[in-house]
Amino acid sequence: MGYLGEIFVMAITAIFIQNYVLSRFLGLCPYLGVSKKIDSAFGMGMAVIFVMTLTSSITYLINRYLLTGMMYLQTIAFILTIAALVQFVEMVIQKKAPALYKSLGVYLPLITTNCAVLGVALLNTTAMRPDGITPYNFLDSTLNGFFSGVGFTVVLLAMAGIRMRLELVNLPKSMKGMPIALILAGIMALAFYGFMGFKI
Amino acid sequence: MKFFSELTKGIIKENPIFVIVLGMCPTLAVSTSVDNALGMGLAATFVLICSNMMISLIKGIVPAQIRIPIYIVVIAAFVSIIDMAMEAYLPDLHKALGIFIPLIVVNCIILGRAEAFASKNNVLNSMADGLGMGLGFTLSLTVVATIREILGNGTWLKMQVLPSTYDPMLVAILAPGAFITLGLLMAVMNIIKEKN
Repeated sequence: MGYLGEIFVMAITAIFIQNYVLSRFLGLCPYLGVSKKIDSAFGMGMAVIFVMTLTSSITYLINRYLLTGMMYLQTIAFILTIAALVQFVEMVIQKKAPALYKSLGVYLPLITTNCAVLGVALLNTTAMRPDGITPYNFLDSTLNGFFSGVGFTVVLLAMAGIRMRLELVNLPKSMKGMPIALILAGIMALAFYGFMGFKI
Repeated sequence: MKFFSELTKGIIKENPIFVIVLGMCPTLAVSTSVDNALGMGLAATFVLICSNMMISLIKGIVPAQIRIPIYIVVIAAFVSIIDMAMEAYLPDLHKALGIFIPLIVVNCIILGRAEAFASKNNVLNSMADGLGMGLGFTLSLTVVATIREILGNGTWLKMQVLPSTYDPMLVAILAPGAFITLGLLMAVMNIIKEKN
């Protein structure tokens, strides 16, 4: 299998088989909190893809070259990187692309405490290529971050679509809001479980 | 008196999971068995007490503009401590909880309590708040885990509670079971609240 094939496998794994939200339970707060409208779900998804890709590449470099022999600083270093990066991205977008800032603006600060972002940074440090012995290199980490972000966005958009239709449904009062959203997520997770059988 | 009310409010009235709905990721991910839930809950309780204490101590000298990064660094330091301690003394539990120990850093409950409570109250009350919230978190995690472990494995804390002829409902310990269990539990909580 060539490198392109490996990338394809990585994409399918991150988006469907081991989806960050539905099978790894990462990034649930925005998944349940920002999935009430399609527009805001889309904005949040784009911001997450952007930050996750950048975070994966930068934390890879930090982990590889700065933290050698100081692994106990990993958590602190990563969360500081993410916080600084989000702040920096926010400032750059505000300056260079005010239109984009208007649509992403409110979601950017929320991303610092999105555990999917710290999760992808931490998982990249222990992840292995399909052969099982080589650790991820710079390109692998970056791509994995991108695909994980895409996986997050896909289920976020699907959830937002379902919840918008759910507004019209006559539900028992006790099921409204969070309970039905969680049960929906459970049904989606069941559907995504079907992808587990894939052998690529 | 104040100390005691700060301690108990986190357990039922302001329960972080069922009432405030924060910290969903670890709740769903580690509630596959009761011992994992207890380990996660106690680790988070330790971090909550320590970070609340520290933040309450430094609240006077932290500039308001950069308080969030400072809180995160304080929390991350305590998380690293508990991470390494667990790796050394409870390697099996550490392996089972995996990535969710470092992820306590981004657990909204901890930053939320730092911002909403510890930065405005004295040290003793902040620690009581941390302990109460931590116990509330542990309790709700254990409730979810109890249901999932009994249904999905027929055991509770690794003890067989259902007869061995019971055919385990495997879906309860898989990812979908976590969402559905928590959703139904929240619906039950809503019904109880309506009745009162």
